[in-house]
Amino acid sequence: MELTKEEEEALDGKQGETLALAYRTLVAIGEASNADRLIPIEWAHLSGVNYNTIGDAGKEFLSQLSKDARFKVKTTVNPMGFDFDSVSQYKLDDKFIENQRSIKNSYEKMGVIPSYSCIPYEIFDVPKQGTHVSFAESNAAIYANSFSGLKTNKEGAFSALASALTGKSPCSDLRDDDVRKPNLTIRMKVESRDELTYGMLGYFAGKVAGSSVALSGVNNLDKRSCKSLCAGMGTSGACGMFTFGEEEGEKIDFDKNEMQKIHDELNTSEKGDLITLGSPQLGIEEIGDLALMLKGRSFQKRCMIFCPRAIKGQMTDLGYTNEIKRAGGELLYDCCTCLSPLVDNKEVDSVVTNSVKGAYYLRTSNNVDVNLKSLKRIVEEETK
Amino acid sequence: MNVKIIVRGKAQGSLLVAKNPINFLGGIDKKSGLVHDKKHDLFGKSIGNKILVFPFGVGSSVGAYTIYSLKYNNCAPLAMICLKADLTTASGCAISNIPLVVAGKNDYDLLRENNQVTLDAIAGKIL
Repeated sequence: MELTKEEEEALDGKQGETLALAYRTLVAIGEASNADRLIPIEWAHLSGVNYNTIGDAGKEFLSQLSKDARFKVKTTVNPMGFDFDSVSQYKLDDKFIENQRSIKNSYEKMGVIPSYSCIPYEIFDVPKQGTHVSFAESNAAIYANSFSGLKTNKEGAFSALASALTGKSPCSDLRDDDVRKPNLTIRMKVESRDELTYGMLGYFAGKVAGSSVALSGVNNLDKRSCKSLCAGMGTSGACGMFTFGEEEGEKIDFDKNEMQKIHDELNTSEKGDLITLGSPQLGIEEIGDLALMLKGRSFQKRCMIFCPRAIKGQMTDLGYTNEIKRAGGELLYDCCTCLSPLVDNKEVDSVVTNSVKGAYYLRTSNNVDVNLKSLKRIVEEETK
Repeated sequence: MNVKIIVRGKAQGSLLVAKNPINFLGGIDKKSGLVHDKKHDLFGKSIGNKILVFPFGVGSSVGAYTIYSLKYNNCAPLAMICLKADLTTASGCAISNIPLVVAGKNDYDLLRENNQVTLDAIAGKIL
């Protein structure tokens, strides 16, 4: 990799250990991805906020780093483990809460915008087409590349952090227009479609595709399906973007058989003790849809609904908050299904969700079984 | 054999070879280094204190912190050898100071479980 004189100096530690660490990380990633240089980025979105995911090592690391590190560009962050406003209603141990607070403080000290959301693309203004950003949340990176006209790799927690500290990212992979052009097309052959079908299509695509993939036979996606597709894809593989329509090169069909295989892999129970909605978090559009679907109905079991705090005021003003609470839904902000300590396998054996990403992490990290079904079915079967 | 250096360093130890890609966040217990993804071919084994050979990392980018946690908990691999270096593994190794190299397909296929090797990720060689 070719570095400028200033970058070399920073790498050598001439601007302090924090920047040296940041540049070491960028160089390792650059070498890994055959980058020839570093380029400027305008926005970094960080993952690694939940104490459950980064643990004591992450907490200590961030605490040390935040002593003198300051973010150089606009920087937003992923959800944390719980919602500080409602945490007293859950049986979480004090140590977890304290550790989570330390992580939150470290990020805020470094100058983060306290968004605690995995859907930055829905709650912030999107920069102009073609702008380079560094998004570490996989669903957000895929969404940014595929729907928002931005350019990012599927960044790691540390590469995005290094980008936030330097305003730079290695110029590689999906930052190159040739790589963005897919050489594999997946033909969507499943006829009846909802967000779950698209989540499973994404999960399938992530397993078979390289950096970029074309999807044919897919159109008229609603917001819920778009997000489910991105999140499913981000869970199973390294693929960081998709385009619509058939491309030259190899073609693979995603049919009922393939879909059944994915469903069998992720669905491990025919019922659940608890429902979770949101991974990714629900935006205002989905919350509005949900409020409408719940009209005159009530949940027959606990249902946790995860949203960004940024939409809390609007939800309340539009009457959605009241409608969802009336139906028995528990609204949680700043956190998400994935790796939340609020889903405890000592209390629940299985969880109902419509999220393919949620299903994967509930099973592998929370160690609970999953009953995976569409939101429409959840409302039909779990409410009265 | 010659390898491409991603994170510099040196290591000596025995190889642990995975057939499947590794999802560090979902598939590895960060406190023990045990593979707890039941669908993974290394299920039940520890990746600690071995030179870990695997095709590439998959899944959530937060997996980089899992690598850092493994190091912090003294159960990280001594080094890693991949077929393709993904961003999560590269950044996790960079921050944790774990040597990481990429081997070409033909060389990679010669790496066998339990073989004792010396990895020199400064000169870019495996002996």
